[in-house]
Amino acid sequence: MTSEFAVEMRDVVKRFITPEGNEMAAVDHVTMQIKNGEFFSMLGSSGCGKTTSLRMVAGFEWPTEGEVYIEGKAMGHTPPFQRKVNTVFQSYALFQHMTVYQNLAFGLEMEGAKDDEIKKRVGRALEMVQLTGMDRRRPRQLSGGQQQRVALARALVKTPDVLLLDEPLGALDLKLRKEMQLELKALQQQLGITFIYVTHDQEEALTMSDRIAVMSKGKVQQMGTPVEVYERPSNKFVADFIGESNFLAGKIKSISGNEASVFIPSLNAELAGMPISDGLVKGEEVNVCIRPEKIRIAEKEAVNQNMFRATVTNTVYIGVDTKVFVDAHGAKLKIWEQNRISRLDPKSFYTVGQEVWLMLMPENTLILKKD
Amino acid sequence: MLQRLRESKSAQGTILALPTTIWLFVLLIIPLILTMVVSFGRRSPDGGVIYTFTLDNYTRLFGYSTDCPDGQASCFDPLYVNILGRSLSLAFNTTLLVITLAYPLAYFIARAHPKQRNFYLFMVLIPLWTNFVIRVYAWMMLLRKEGAINIILGWLMNLLHIPFAPLEMLYTPGAVLVGMVYEFLPFMILPIYTSLEKIETPLYEAAADLGANAIKTFLRVTLPLSMPGVVAGTILVFIPVMGTFIVSDILGGRQVILVGNLIQRQFLDARDPTFGSAASLILMVMTLIVTYFYTRKFGFGEEIVVA
Ligand SMILES: Nc1ncnc2c1ncn2[C@@H]1O[C@H](COP(=O)(O)OP(=O)(O)OP(=O)(O)O)[C@@H](O)[C@H]1O
Ligand SMILES: [Mg+2]
Repeated sequence: MTSEFAVEMRDVVKRFITPEGNEMAAVDHVTMQIKNGEFFSMLGSSGCGKTTSLRMVAGFEWPTEGEVYIEGKAMGHTPPFQRKVNTVFQSYALFQHMTVYQNLAFGLEMEGAKDDEIKKRVGRALEMVQLTGMDRRRPRQLSGGQQQRVALARALVKTPDVLLLDEPLGALDLKLRKEMQLELKALQQQLGITFIYVTHDQEEALTMSDRIAVMSKGKVQQMGTPVEVYERPSNKFVADFIGESNFLAGKIKSISGNEASVFIPSLNAELAGMPISDGLVKGEEVNVCIRPEKIRIAEKEAVNQNMFRATVTNTVYIGVDTKVFVDAHGAKLKIWEQNRISRLDPKSFYTVGQEVWLMLMPENTLILKKD
Repeated sequence: MLQRLRESKSAQGTILALPTTIWLFVLLIIPLILTMVVSFGRRSPDGGVIYTFTLDNYTRLFGYSTDCPDGQASCFDPLYVNILGRSLSLAFNTTLLVITLAYPLAYFIARAHPKQRNFYLFMVLIPLWTNFVIRVYAWMMLLRKEGAINIILGWLMNLLHIPFAPLEMLYTPGAVLVGMVYEFLPFMILPIYTSLEKIETPLYEAAADLGANAIKTFLRVTLPLSMPGVVAGTILVFIPVMGTFIVSDILGGRQVILVGNLIQRQFLDARDPTFGSAASLILMVMTLIVTYFYTRKFGFGEEIVVA
């Protein structure tokens, strides 16, 4: 491997002509650098351009502008069969007229591999995905999960530098999905291949990835490790898309060092000692963002500067957590309270109408630029 | 009684299959038995049937003749065997030619833009709105000595100052082949189109992804996946071509006589229903044998029929 990056997209734009005759940018000036051996995910809601980006790496689509590089080489109009990447398709795209063995052998035959080598490599690939003994079956005679593994093995048997996966687990049930997530991750670590993984499931992306590109409307909103995108979302979209967030509109009152005071009109209060990110100035309109699990809730007031009175409007028990919805001077907030104690006693719940105190720890809040 | 019926799956099956069974019996089994009985009979002088058991009609069909030169008692007359052989080879050739023409066409249609596809399919179907016989007559008009093709050729040759004698195209085996191919082309295009159209784009992409270029993708993915269409089309074309007599009657005249013509003439001109019946049965057996071996190897193209 010569290049530091397995795959690089430089300022890539892909425009389509819609059936209505309009031009739309499915991918809009995307730049990504994916390191060798990295598990990289593209995460975003439906239609944000994930598949289109992946297809440009695979060679099924060509960028309207910009360039895709694989192993440092500009791809231009290189056809898919000359790129050292392989794809696991969302629909699996298995060859129904071939057995599992023939499906796997296909790619090796195209390389001109010898029969005994094909046999060895197919055997190893089947072992890797735990399908040994299934080689004479037709794809139709396999369960969804098994078909998924065949699709995976068919791509892996080619020992690509980069494996592209487009929502490969989309068709599986939740339990199998979770198992496969861990298996895929383990496989990727064991093989050391670069994975580019497309999903719209944030939990899946957080579970598996080394880095995530959060996409929206053809643009990359944020790129970072799972911890970074969850704990330090760079804008309101990311904060809202990954996990859940409370947003309070406010205005920066004063800045001292890297801490700021923010006035929140809806709470009619000032939040002090908040960590501030670059580029924010005094007097700027901002969004204060707090994760629901990071708000402390108490029945009595404690001595703390960032405490507010609130009224419980609703509670929902969901097993692991209790969701508490409150109204603080007109600002609606949601709080996830972990059920560390048994809630069998009804008195252990907050009741609707109850007065509580909320504590916002400065280190758990985030000041985001107003979009 | 009703209760028992409700519980018994096999009784339900029998009852549900009853209409079909009756239908098959009246329209297929009984006529078939009648044909068989007649084929073992002897022609009466007035063109009726004398019911006996004789294999004369069959031996005659396979070349046994008592009407011999040199006063021999019996000899081999290849007349009918030739007719059978000609029908068989024509059916093979027609089917092969139809596949060769239909496949690229179907491929072209299946790969066309969805908006244009319906238009092309419509074009394929339009001829079927005209009566079969009329379409054959149209070919007669084209192929005749004074027909459209000869007129155009003559005009062209005249323009180029090349001497030209009108071509004898009508009443040749070639004319019958052209007519057959034309008549049965749509029955091959449609099933092949259906099977090609069912191949999803990701399969082509997967093949390319795994390293196959366009030719290899076609040979390893497209062609095998469209075989059910070819198989279904072959059955739809081969069987009727074996039996039809209209095309050869109109375009072949006295020159190209097929089993179909033989049978028709036995019933209408020669007034020998017993010989006609025997020929019908032999035609059926021949078709069955070919179809049997064909479907044993390739199936019925049921993927197409089921879809
Ligand atoms: N061939 C095409 N022609 C026209 N528009 C297209 C084409 N392919 C994709 N698009 C449009 O580009 C946008 C992005 O599509 P894309 O398939 O990349 O989304 P995605 O992020 O993969 O979504 P999903 O999660 O639903 O798969 C969509 O609005 C889609 O309608
Ligand atoms: Mg997609």
